[in-house]
Amino acid sequence: MTKIDEVERHLFFEGIYLKYGYDFRQYAEASLDRRLAGLLGDYQASSLLDLLKRALREPEEFRKILGSLTINTSEFFRDPTFFKVLRESVFPVLKTYSKVTIWSAGCSTGEEVLSLAIALKEEGLDRRATIHATDINPFVLKSAKTGIFEASCIPTFNKNYAAAGGTGTPSQYYGAEYGLVRFNPDLLENVVFSEHNLATDAAFLEAHLILCRNVFIYFSRELQERALELFARSLVHKGFLALGSKETLRFSSLAPNFQAVSPGENVFSLLSRSEPKP
Amino acid sequence: MRRPRACFVGASAGGVTALQKLLLELDDDFRLPMIVVQHLHPSTNVTPSLIYRSRARLSFVEAEDKAPIEEGHVYFAPADYHLLVEKTFRFGLSSDRHVQHARPSIDVLFESAAIAYGADACGVVLTGANQDGAAGLRAIADEGGFAMVQDAADAEFPLMPSSALKAVPSARTGTIAEIAKELSRISRS
Ligand SMILES: C[S@@+](CC[C@H](N)C(=O)[O-])C[C@H]1O[C@@H](n2cnc3c(N)ncnc32)[C@H](O)[C@@H]1O
Repeated sequence: MTKIDEVERHLFFEGIYLKYGYDFRQYAEASLDRRLAGLLGDYQASSLLDLLKRALREPEEFRKILGSLTINTSEFFRDPTFFKVLRESVFPVLKTYSKVTIWSAGCSTGEEVLSLAIALKEEGLDRRATIHATDINPFVLKSAKTGIFEASCIPTFNKNYAAAGGTGTPSQYYGAEYGLVRFNPDLLENVVFSEHNLATDAAFLEAHLILCRNVFIYFSRELQERALELFARSLVHKGFLALGSKETLRFSSLAPNFQAVSPGENVFSLLSRSEPKP
Repeated sequence: MRRPRACFVGASAGGVTALQKLLLELDDDFRLPMIVVQHLHPSTNVTPSLIYRSRARLSFVEAEDKAPIEEGHVYFAPADYHLLVEKTFRFGLSSDRHVQHARPSIDVLFESAAIAYGADACGVVLTGANQDGAAGLRAIADEGGFAMVQDAADAEFPLMPSSALKAVPSARTGTIAEIAKELSRISRS
């Protein structure tokens, strides 16, 4: 792996931030450096300064670079037991509200949102729930909005659907078209997609449940802390926060503000806000 | 040689048995943080403390994202995630694409160790049927770190250790028992 020069990394991300507003300055360094080294290879650039020059002059290239800096891997009902916990421990509480607001932060290409929408529907919560699905990367949002996926996702969908506590038949939610599958458009009826950057943007809603899964591992502790503060400000009292299965609050100063609902699946509820409502 | 501050171990096919033996052979006062990538099937859910034993008072744990690296611990990469160490001497996980067909990849861990620990890293490549770990061990050696490789004759699957030795001809070689002895000596030094 090409070694990344600290000064060049710094200048690269300052430049990207000044020009495009994307702030990668506080991401977890070790894996980010690997992605940067990969980019240097792809572009046959001898240094990050050369790459920066291209990124600044050619917005189209920057879009591609942005795509390589973030990891967009996702899966339907990723960690099926997590969705089971949602249905068994979280949805019963959500049912006590007449309107439910859910935020999927870092939703990527939409698998998480559709999985959530299906679970809500089967629990009779679909009419009162609105899902705000956000991501830093406009490309993945565009793809998520279509509800169309490669047909190769179906075996995983079918398998995970059952393991996640699905009560219907998986195939009732999609139709196959030329090697692609289209999920029923009504599943996305109450979903609002928008760009939102957890590193720079402010709170914009009051949620009963926030999913931010498999995003924190790419952040430094400082950036995790910022995002957690944002979540604490965006949740109703006793609102739920769900992290990815390998993400923990253990090393955060905000840990005392949250209580584990299901420690194994990293679902927490907010005990106290870090700040009063704005 | 300076006393390494952490040792990084990579193992693949045949690795669980090799690691069980290595950990059992460590002296009872072994304290050096040990960080292990053992290639496993992505869906395996193992509890390290149920598989491994040692005479030393060591905690066998899965490495957690952002956890500080501490003495007296043997950390294992979770299945299907790359494990990296940061310059803050804490762990990082990632779902970046596979490296050497593997996630976790030994190269990924070792290369991050070379950057974070420099000459204070010790890398060990054990049995395996692929070439993961060779480039990583090279990176550790290039920074002045200490490199060890299991004797191909001692390894159940020799390809991985022999590839590592090819990449780092100056690496110390030995049987599992000899590697355990050397690690124990380093830990005490
Ligand atoms: C690995 S995906 C996780 C997708 C989904 N939540 C899941 O668990 O399957 C991580 C997503 O986080 C997004 N992301 C990275 N940095 C972000 C930021 N600062 N603000 C918002 N989203 C971000 C990436 O673009 C990517 O789509």
